[in-house]
Amino acid sequence: MSVVGQRLQPTLAERSRPGRGGDKIAHPPKDALDRIPASARRELPPALPELNEPEVVRHYVNLSQLNYAIDTGFYPLGSCTMKFNPKLNEWAARLPGFANLHPFAPDEAAQGTLEMLWELERALAEIGGMKAVTLQPAAGAQGELTGILMIRAYHRSRGEPERDEVLVPDSSHGTNPATATMAGFRTITIPSAADGGVDVDRFRAALGPRTAAVMITNPSTLGLFEKRIGELLEEVHAAGALAYMDGANLNAILGRFKPGAAGFDVMHFNVHKTFSTPHGGGGPGAGPVGVGERLLPFLPTPRVLKSEDGTFRLERPGERSTSIGRLRSFVGNTGVLVRAYAYISAHGGSGLRRVSEDAVLAANYLKHRVASAYEIPYDRPCKHEFVASAAGIRKRTGVRTLDIAKRLIDHGFHPPTIYFPLIVEEGMLIEPTETESVETLDAFAEALLAIAREAETEPATVTSAPHTAPVRRLDEATAARQPNLRWRPMTGRTMPCPD
Amino acid sequence: MPYGPHTADDRERMLAALGIESVDELFADIPEALRAGGLALPEPEPELALATRLAALAGRNRTDVASFLGAGVYRHWTPAAVDQLLLRGEWYTAYTPYQPEVSQGTLQSIYEYESLIAELTGLDVVSASHYDGAAATAEAALMACRQTRRDRVLVSRAVHPHYRATVATYFGAGLRVEEIPTVAEGDAAGTTDIAALERLLADEPPVAGVVVAQPNFYGLLESMPRAAELAHASGALFVAVVEPVSLAVLAPPGAYGADIAAGEGQPLGIPPQYGGPYLGLLASTNDLVRQIPGRLVGMTTDLDGKRAFVMTLRAREQDIRRDRAASNICTNQALLALAASIYLATIGPHGLRDVAALGAARAAELEAVLAGAGAPRLHPGPYLNEFAVRVPDARRVHRALLDRGVLGGLVLADAVPDDPALEDALLVCATELTTADEIERFGRTLGELIGGRDGRAGAPSSADRSPGSRPRVAAEARS
Amino acid sequence: MVPRDLRYTKDHEWVRVDGDEATIGITDYAAGQLGDIVFVELPAGGSVEQFKTFGVVESVKAVSDLFAPVTGDVVAPNAALASQPELVNQDPFGGGWMLKVRIAEPAQIDELLDAAAYDALVAES
Repeated sequence: MSVVGQRLQPTLAERSRPGRGGDKIAHPPKDALDRIPASARRELPPALPELNEPEVVRHYVNLSQLNYAIDTGFYPLGSCTMKFNPKLNEWAARLPGFANLHPFAPDEAAQGTLEMLWELERALAEIGGMKAVTLQPAAGAQGELTGILMIRAYHRSRGEPERDEVLVPDSSHGTNPATATMAGFRTITIPSAADGGVDVDRFRAALGPRTAAVMITNPSTLGLFEKRIGELLEEVHAAGALAYMDGANLNAILGRFKPGAAGFDVMHFNVHKTFSTPHGGGGPGAGPVGVGERLLPFLPTPRVLKSEDGTFRLERPGERSTSIGRLRSFVGNTGVLVRAYAYISAHGGSGLRRVSEDAVLAANYLKHRVASAYEIPYDRPCKHEFVASAAGIRKRTGVRTLDIAKRLIDHGFHPPTIYFPLIVEEGMLIEPTETESVETLDAFAEALLAIAREAETEPATVTSAPHTAPVRRLDEATAARQPNLRWRPMTGRTMPCPD
Repeated sequence: MPYGPHTADDRERMLAALGIESVDELFADIPEALRAGGLALPEPEPELALATRLAALAGRNRTDVASFLGAGVYRHWTPAAVDQLLLRGEWYTAYTPYQPEVSQGTLQSIYEYESLIAELTGLDVVSASHYDGAAATAEAALMACRQTRRDRVLVSRAVHPHYRATVATYFGAGLRVEEIPTVAEGDAAGTTDIAALERLLADEPPVAGVVVAQPNFYGLLESMPRAAELAHASGALFVAVVEPVSLAVLAPPGAYGADIAAGEGQPLGIPPQYGGPYLGLLASTNDLVRQIPGRLVGMTTDLDGKRAFVMTLRAREQDIRRDRAASNICTNQALLALAASIYLATIGPHGLRDVAALGAARAAELEAVLAGAGAPRLHPGPYLNEFAVRVPDARRVHRALLDRGVLGGLVLADAVPDDPALEDALLVCATELTTADEIERFGRTLGELIGGRDGRAGAPSSADRSPGSRPRVAAEARS
Repeated sequence: MVPRDLRYTKDHEWVRVDGDEATIGITDYAAGQLGDIVFVELPAGGSVEQFKTFGVVESVKAVSDLFAPVTGDVVAPNAALASQPELVNQDPFGGGWMLKVRIAEPAQIDELLDAAAYDALVAES
């Protein structure tokens, strides 16, 4: 049995027939474009496909069925927090008052949304232990850029522009060093300690007058809480640097650890991880950023402000000269933020703490269930996710983690994150989340144990997996050597418009 | 727990398997001094109560007005099929297609998106999506710097002010961005000053890229071929900032030599929703394929030779190249790219042309009505469906219009406060959604407020003179 | 067993010396570790410095710097790799060569590993 549909589809271009397609709006008058100079005009309409609506619907419904998704099954993609996406949130974001509000609408016409954003900022500040929050960044990576640019502005404001280094542990997300580069910093990578945690001594040795910031993910990408975080933060501040917390793994510590209260100066939230906004096949997300006192003046513009009379407004251009400026157009991915707000409201403070308890309990339970067949390189209580390794299986049988991941598809599951973090050999990063039942966790564990047995008894079945997906493994080398990134131009197949 | 499955028995069973009494033991590694005791947030809200409150919040926004507001975000008719298809969980509850064997739906849809935007822009390589038009424009400017190994970019002042601000933020760490002024007077008023561009290109250091918008922020059409020619003559790349619906009738960037097109994909079936999520369009020539940031999906085959789609050229990206990646982008706007694809597939080439042309026709009607009401155009040049009008005391009039149910576009001085030429001007637009009734209402109300043919000159209605509203207006005008 | 007439770096580059010209590539071990190579970025001119990066090699899922075994001016990159990067996998010591340089300091060659030492290095890893 396959976990996804089997019917591959022709492309829209292959389905297209000149002359198909219904009128969705009225025809314009014939002279509508007469005032556009010929030099600026396009001769023929763009060669887009021509289809009638039923065909479009079948195309996209059939394509959707080729996807594995949270709504179809367990999706334990470590570091991505693939929890259930509540349907109420979709309903809320589509309320006409939210969906149809223009971002340049005057403040007095946007009071409902502005209040929601303001309340969300307060809630995130409480969760992160931060002084204030900006909702502007469009995703976690843009949140990182926001944070690091604020850190840059901070050091400059203090007359220390020579601070040009950012320290990251070797287990960090790739976005951390990529962000440092975008913000004009040099990345110094610090190896992890033997227990998987940050190596405080090595950090101490690397800290100095050129250090601008350290970027720490806590719990780490190994799913482990950084036990020495307090000590590390003291060292960072003693060196005159600031501490950035990558909030990708916040789902583990809601109501248990507040980064700002612990001494982090800035953090981002991934609302599509912690606060259940949909991953959308790759996005959209939103990456709000919380700051402590030091970085408050540098927050991006516009902020959402509450007036004394209880009304809300957006900061105006130029109102706060210390701001780092804008990261994007308008105020933020508001449609995503509505969903996060609904999620936080549905749970309340007690419910969010329960979320983390259940996520951590599920991860530890699953780790315990698979430990008989896979190595657990850092065997101490994990947080919301854990790393298992197939290094032993590979040594004995030649079956690699990639093969095990592909074989999981045949067993009905989406594979976990594999070969990340880079420091674990044949690693898989497994994150069950709090919304999966114990029956599902058991079934997934059984599948992993069964594959470990298959690796010994019939390795070829595993190394040639998947067998039940609509396609087998792909030729990625040819795809990269001779990229085919679009269908051949359709020019000539489209008729001039009938007017 | 609103969405969690665990019963008390389930939790007991898991704790027992782990040999522990309480889940607290799993948090024992958080140093005691740093432990939080909980969250000072409201109590959980049941679905009915929450739904009622959210609906009330949404209801406090005023979206029931006759809107002539565009300025980078445009209201269009979205065929009903678009949102119904987007609501399938197989689309919106999947993630990045890391496992292509169970992600062919998302992968093929991205390949099709790349192809559709390639057709619209006349370019070959289309990134799978960026955050929005502003971020895509900033990424385009960075691409120009990487490709030319130069660090100075020229951006027209007629590019959307948020895009210019975003480029400035992204360039804050060591790259230079300078603005090309707009023409102050005459036939070309409000468009990019080509003579100034020529002078700036002649200055040192050499320029990496030139960024011009078509239509520009004021709705005007620019001399894109000339600007592209000048950029290329000095070894710079040319970046066109485009609005995708307009590309149904306007020359595509590839036709006038643009190396990169960036823009906001929101008009393609995406609601305004107060700022996002939108869709950053980014396309380039084949020569720049290794510089374009963000995901790319290509066509390939599986082991059996069956056609399939896969993420490709991944070594440009942050998860592999880390501190030398083309960009730090990871999560993108895939679901919005899907919306745009479904929109384009449903509306079709002729439908898209109709959308663009109908907007132009309604805008021409609007121009005539507003001129009759005493608000002539600010700039004389050709436009598609958006233009600026001169309105005395624009900020006050705009507010008074809203009180009468008309959202009269954008107060330009609010969005571009540093340009005295834009004092007392409104930027207005029309689309296929704009009705003749709404245009008539806008004209009539405006005439009453400023006195044109349809009203008495300089006679604000009594409502505007009321003691309650007057000081507030004065305060806002000062800020 | 790698070709005996070449010298090697610890970073898995090889160099073939022919008069004052050096031909540089990566070893079969390095190519195997990277997997299917899809792109090689090489300098068209200028000079390279011993043990400093001179280019980048990309496979489907990895990227690696290339380090120059010797200092010298670039004579030519292997133009065939632009359209056929797979030559690095197929023929790493032959058609998959990457760069020819004019050797500036011949004494540097002696600092490199010989074939036996390189074989030992690979055996350890």
